[in-house]
Amino acid sequence: MFRFIVRRLLQMVLTFFGATFLVYALMFAAQSDPIQALVGERPITDSQRAALTERYHLNDSFLQQYWYYVKGLLTGDLGTSLTGRRISDMLADAWPVTLRLSLMAIIFAATIAIVAGVVSGIRRGSIFDNATLFVTLIVLAMPIVVLAPLAQLIFGIKLGWFPPTAGRDATLYQLLLPAAVLASLVVATELRVTRASVAENMRADYVRTARAKALTRSRVIGVHVLRNSLIPVVTLIGVDIGGLMSGAIVTEKVFNIPGVGFNLFRGIRTEDGPLVVGFVSFLVIVFLVVNLLVDLLYAVLDPRIRYE
Amino acid sequence: MSDMNALAAETPAPPSPAGRKSRSLAADAWHDLRRSKIFWAALVIIVVVLLMAIWPSLFTSADPHDCVLSRRHRGASGGAIFGYDYQGCDVYAKTVYGARYSILVGVCSVLLAGVIGLTVGLAAGYFGGWLDALLSRFVDVMLGVPFLLGAIVLGKRLAAEPGNSNGVLAVTLTLGILGWTTGARVMRSSVIEAKNQDYVAAARMVGAGPARLIFRHVLPNAMAPFTVVLTILLGINIASEATLSFLGVGLKGDAVSWGISISEATGYVRVAPGPLIWPSVFLAATVLAFIMLGDAVRDAFDPKLR
Amino acid sequence: MTGVTDIRAQIDALPGLDPRAPLLHVEDLHVEFRTRDGVAKAVNGASFHLSAGETLAILGESGCGKSVTAQAVMGILDTPPAHITNGTVRYRGVDLLGLSEQERRKVRANRIAMIFQDALSALNPVYTVGFQLGELFRKHRGLSRKDAKRRAVESLDQVRIPAAGQRINDYPHQFSGGMRQRVMIAMALALDPEVLIADEPTTALDVTVQAQIMRLLAELQRQRTMGLILITHDMGVVADVADRVSVMYAGKVVEEAPVYDIYGRPAHPYTQALLASIPRLDLKGRPLNVIRGLPPALTDIPSGCAFHPRCGYAREICRQEQPPAYRIAPHRESRCHFIREVLGV
Repeated sequence: MFRFIVRRLLQMVLTFFGATFLVYALMFAAQSDPIQALVGERPITDSQRAALTERYHLNDSFLQQYWYYVKGLLTGDLGTSLTGRRISDMLADAWPVTLRLSLMAIIFAATIAIVAGVVSGIRRGSIFDNATLFVTLIVLAMPIVVLAPLAQLIFGIKLGWFPPTAGRDATLYQLLLPAAVLASLVVATELRVTRASVAENMRADYVRTARAKALTRSRVIGVHVLRNSLIPVVTLIGVDIGGLMSGAIVTEKVFNIPGVGFNLFRGIRTEDGPLVVGFVSFLVIVFLVVNLLVDLLYAVLDPRIRYE
Repeated sequence: MSDMNALAAETPAPPSPAGRKSRSLAADAWHDLRRSKIFWAALVIIVVVLLMAIWPSLFTSADPHDCVLSRRHRGASGGAIFGYDYQGCDVYAKTVYGARYSILVGVCSVLLAGVIGLTVGLAAGYFGGWLDALLSRFVDVMLGVPFLLGAIVLGKRLAAEPGNSNGVLAVTLTLGILGWTTGARVMRSSVIEAKNQDYVAAARMVGAGPARLIFRHVLPNAMAPFTVVLTILLGINIASEATLSFLGVGLKGDAVSWGISISEATGYVRVAPGPLIWPSVFLAATVLAFIMLGDAVRDAFDPKLR
Repeated sequence: MTGVTDIRAQIDALPGLDPRAPLLHVEDLHVEFRTRDGVAKAVNGASFHLSAGETLAILGESGCGKSVTAQAVMGILDTPPAHITNGTVRYRGVDLLGLSEQERRKVRANRIAMIFQDALSALNPVYTVGFQLGELFRKHRGLSRKDAKRRAVESLDQVRIPAAGQRINDYPHQFSGGMRQRVMIAMALALDPEVLIADEPTTALDVTVQAQIMRLLAELQRQRTMGLILITHDMGVVADVADRVSVMYAGKVVEEAPVYDIYGRPAHPYTQALLASIPRLDLKGRPLNVIRGLPPALTDIPSGCAFHPRCGYAREICRQEQPPAYRIAPHRESRCHFIREVLGV
């Protein structure tokens, strides 16, 4: 286990540098006018230009620029937005509501995916299974830009079941609809993986053994099949955090939730380059850390990984 | 279903494996596909959307840029069966014309991603060794950046490049440059699988060169799963284009796009839901069609996944 | 099953249970698999019996229905696709096929247990060996976790796994192949069954380990006077441990005989062919006899005697009529129209 953790940590360090380098390179490498890229089409004064040049060390070589940027990331200094606010302060303001929203979404998605996926996987070819496959196909095909506004229109405005918007201090109830929207972004793949995994494990030899041991069906499925089937699902949930982050940008915009995604959206719309780079870098780090945790959980579930 | 396994293990091999092979995998798959309702449904939608993209005038005589503010949010009338949006543009015409950029961006970005994915996957899988290690690590790093976040940064940067008027090139490049990883992974593993087949090893032993090996023996076997990934990617990229356009790092200017239409309409849903609903429906149907097509083809090629 | 402390008493209360009845009696068992691609007739009238302390070998090529028969006796076939269409499986006079799943579970593992070929895939990879053994005691004997663990260690001791007290916390992949098969045996014997069905228990093992496992099985069987059904395709294993042999072909028992008779004087052309295909040192240098042709597809079993397309004795009648079971001697039967020719009498 110890060796696994060490190896995974080293891997994470490598990915951290790789991913942050990638983000930085996407934005600045071989850029004809990096300042213009940062501020977009908005007019800029010479003093702003000088400040940005200094902030991003644009007169240094690219590798040096990257080094300063990583140093900033590691010390929690994400720079200043074009509005003059410190980006770390903006993040501190924005993250609680986003965290609540995404946790709700993860729980919704995982619960539905696992429960329905297990039932589907056991009763493959049943009406329930076919219905689930059909629904997941539809949900899978719904881009978040379709889902969020339509859900708001139908459930928030037309039917009035949920508040159509949620503010800064949104209650859990107000976050219900946006969280459901966000969850539906990942629930379909999670469900399908659960189903496939359960179906595959139901055929496994150890299930035959468990039945030969005269265990009840519920124990065979709930104890023997489930634990094995959850292993790939847990990994997927980690990867899906990335999808949730992307989805949160649109969802928070549509439902007017002033979280991380909402700020990022505004940053894009107001061509606030420093804010975009800062927020994206932060989210990438969160993504990497969450996936590290998920991998450790994976090792807890699967002893074969632990004792490699 | 443990006993299906038992049965498979107990059932003797068919008399002559060579005889089975004469009906090739592709023929088998086509046989299955033809009977798949999902396949035909997907195909119908795709043909209609393609027609819209190529000859929008077949579907509407109205001009999507012919907007009169006085018609703002007016209901359906005459040819404008979906009514008018906040600028007084014909929603139906805009929706029909919106197909063009969605398909254009989708197809071009998938081609780009396909070429990169094919090259990287093939190189990593076929040559192995340090090249494989390097490329695989690079793919890992790319997967360390959630797709849309990378796309926002790259899209924003490309949008600022000179010569980018309506954003089509920028979005295509963004989606192509960031979207090849899954394809590369799938290509790599099928190449490794194909490479280890006995007949490929045999071909190598009788002196077939790498180019011949790759094109005659490895690629034909690796293409099916790769094509499936690209088909599904086409759906995903069309959705991503809409999302990027919605966020403001995608298409812009006078480009007519479902993503932009949706973005514009969200501000007015309470007054007029039509301009939101129709482009949403068309977008979702198109994405659905490509995902269904990919699903159907994969099921046909890999029946055991069903 | 909650609230069950010990189900041994409940087994004794099963309807029709007669301690003097034969331990296990399978008669005219038919199993078919109904799949999209057609109906596969895996077992077509298998009959055999087993007494306490006896070892019956069920011998046959892969695909002859021997594993399916075993799983039908255990009651662990999946329905669908498997359907038992005819026959009886009696344990001490109780027809198991007529019991409810709940009653069936009382017999399974408690009275009739089974070990499988590949212990690595037959054990659950994500639970410790101790957990997988212990759950038998917890669920069937109502023991606490602690007591169950103690019993699990004892079980591992009985199959001679060194340092059982520590190995109990290991996962299946941490054991060697032979040790893993010992774990399987410990698991099957944990509840003191009267019948043990071993489905190719040594096929996946090295030759030296095979011998150890077979010795262990034979010894444990002697200690417990347990009935052992050994399913195998290996004539060598049969010769060493079996008392009686049932030879299966295309889902039917074609010959049944004491082990010495089988080797000395096979009474069915198929058995003859099987014996002739064993490599022998004294025939070194000569071409090995092989049975020509392939076992039939279960979806398309030949009419009449299923072996006729591969049989040297076959004549017109073999294509048309299924041979009945001819009794040659006490405990000796063969299903062949030309039994006299085969025996050379």
